Amino acid sequence: MQALLKRVDKPVVIAFGFIVVLLLAGSLYSSSFLSANYLLQQLQVAAFLGLIASGVMLVILLGHIDLSIPWLVTVGGMMSTAAAGWWGPEWAIPFGVFCGLVFGIINGLGVAILRVPSMIFTLGINAVAQGVMVLHTGGFAPQDSATPLMRWLAVDRLVLGIPNAVFIWALLGIAIVVILKRTPLGRYIYAIGNREGATYLSGVNTRLIIVCCFAISGMCSALAGVLLAGYSSKGYQAMGDPYLLPAIAAVVLGGTHILGGRGTYLGTVAGVVLISLLASILSVMQMPEAGRQIIYGGVIVGMLLVYGRGQRVLG
Amino acid sequence: MSIATTTLTDWKLRAGQSQGLLIAVAVFVAMFTLYITNHPAGLTVPVVTTAANKAVLLALVAMAQTLPVLTGGLDLSVGMIFVMTNCLASAIVGGEPWQVALGIVGVLLAGALAGFVNGAIVVYGRLQPIITTLATGAIYYGFALLIRPVPGGNVDGDLADFMTYTVFGETVPTSLLALLAAVLIIWLPFRHSVIGRGCYAIGSAEGAAYMSGVAIGRSKLAAYTLSGLLAGLAGLMLTFVTYSGEASAPIGGTYTLNSIAAVVIGGTSLYGGAGGAIGSIFGAFILRTIDDLLFVFDLPPLWQPLFQGVVLLGAVSLGAARVFRVKNRLELFN
Repeated sequence: MQALLKRVDKPVVIAFGFIVVLLLAGSLYSSSFLSANYLLQQLQVAAFLGLIASGVMLVILLGHIDLSIPWLVTVGGMMSTAAAGWWGPEWAIPFGVFCGLVFGIINGLGVAILRVPSMIFTLGINAVAQGVMVLHTGGFAPQDSATPLMRWLAVDRLVLGIPNAVFIWALLGIAIVVILKRTPLGRYIYAIGNREGATYLSGVNTRLIIVCCFAISGMCSALAGVLLAGYSSKGYQAMGDPYLLPAIAAVVLGGTHILGGRGTYLGTVAGVVLISLLASILSVMQMPEAGRQIIYGGVIVGMLLVYGRGQRVLG
Repeated sequence: MSIATTTLTDWKLRAGQSQGLLIAVAVFVAMFTLYITNHPAGLTVPVVTTAANKAVLLALVAMAQTLPVLTGGLDLSVGMIFVMTNCLASAIVGGEPWQVALGIVGVLLAGALAGFVNGAIVVYGRLQPIITTLATGAIYYGFALLIRPVPGGNVDGDLADFMTYTVFGETVPTSLLALLAAVLIIWLPFRHSVIGRGCYAIGSAEGAAYMSGVAIGRSKLAAYTLSGLLAGLAGLMLTFVTYSGEASAPIGGTYTLNSIAAVVIGGTSLYGGAGGAIGSIFGAFILRTIDDLLFVFDLPPLWQPLFQGVVLLGAVSLGAARVFRVKNRLELFN
């Protein structure tokens, strides 16, 4: 028991504890909060956020940040549906994810080679992606309805009533955990987050690692966009806008240090579920948007004050 | 060393330090000249006033962003403070003159208080600025929605007209004077105060600043509070321009992001310790003039967002020239 407690992070425990408290508090309001159907529904909605958070977590572990999420999600959703219209439905998902990969690689090159601060470079890429999408829709009316496969992946439940989207999240999650725990790439990611100069001096091609992480983040965002397009059965402008802050908040609430080098994937899962559940419960309680925003921000600050405080700077 | 050479090297040093600012000013002058020479009406007071009213809003928000950035932090809530104070101003700046005056003080205080809360969480809570302001931004947006669930409200009409029109015999846009006042009354005294110098020191090396006896907490608190105050001033100006208040998340988000871009274009380092609010003002002017240029050159509207994005990306990548000059790659990792 003692060994087990040592192995799990305090943030992860608190985040999961808070999820349980949320569910219990919700069940006082309405017993349906504890029904399997409601929980599975929450997991399905959380899966989209989970995909995005998985990618952005790698970038945050490096000590960087990816602010291009909103429009890369949109790129994934809109380009996949457009590709289905141009070349047939089998091209939809690969092309959507490929576009995310391209933008992700550009992000990585800007940060790793040009050494522009990631915050501002990914912001620029976000604006460029927005411009490309506006140009893409204008005047041509490309196909925007999702293919049957996309809808099936996002909406249907194949096994035991568990949504397919949750399986995709689980597969991606396992892949990320394997990368972080079992491959040199994972070690290098943590190492760069702690001290890039030292990692470089150890003979690691740090630039390649950074490009890789941004590329994965771009792919994850685009994949989430593809599924979101399937979920709402069409891709549309600005569909990714509501996902930037929750994704970063989920990663940080899960105990990943915003300056990089520390964090576990289990924590990110906890953060994603926590954020989705909080949003869902507030909306079921018909809390007005104003109250939702205040509670949402308050919970993030409050939880981080409990376990996310930094060291005092003493020389 | 004679006095003459001392002042010369001093001058060179200063020019070197404000290289970013000088480039920003030059780029702005070039772009604005291009804009005016291609504008059908030319250099007339209405053209300049319209341009100034739009540019001053972003310039004030960019000034607000500069202060936390100088300390090595960041304020992702400036746009939301801007929106919140806009909503507040549309509710309380009206009625009798004394009520208007009281309302203005209230709006500015609300902005400063929001900034102070950010600073207090960063200093005493020891949370990272980026995540703190991400969260408080949501809270301030919530307050904006509380005050103004639907767009509306109004503001004292005479004052709004005065602030968005011209003074001195219809020659100088009033909004530019307001910006100048913000620089003279808030920025310059802060820049040359002990606390202001402390902010630069913290941004350069927090540990060294602490060891040198800089009041870390007080300096950061002042930076965030003044940042909130400036964002509140910008929110007040927005109310004068639009005559109403709107709790709009896209407006808040756009201004936050553009303010960061303006700070970078104006020559302030995102790592802190170098730059200043004057540069950010010109960075904001440049961003605004890009939009105006697209208008006078009749770029197809569909191409405008892409063009703006590429220009923004290019502008922030300019600093990359340094990368290709360093001889030792290790210098890059700090």
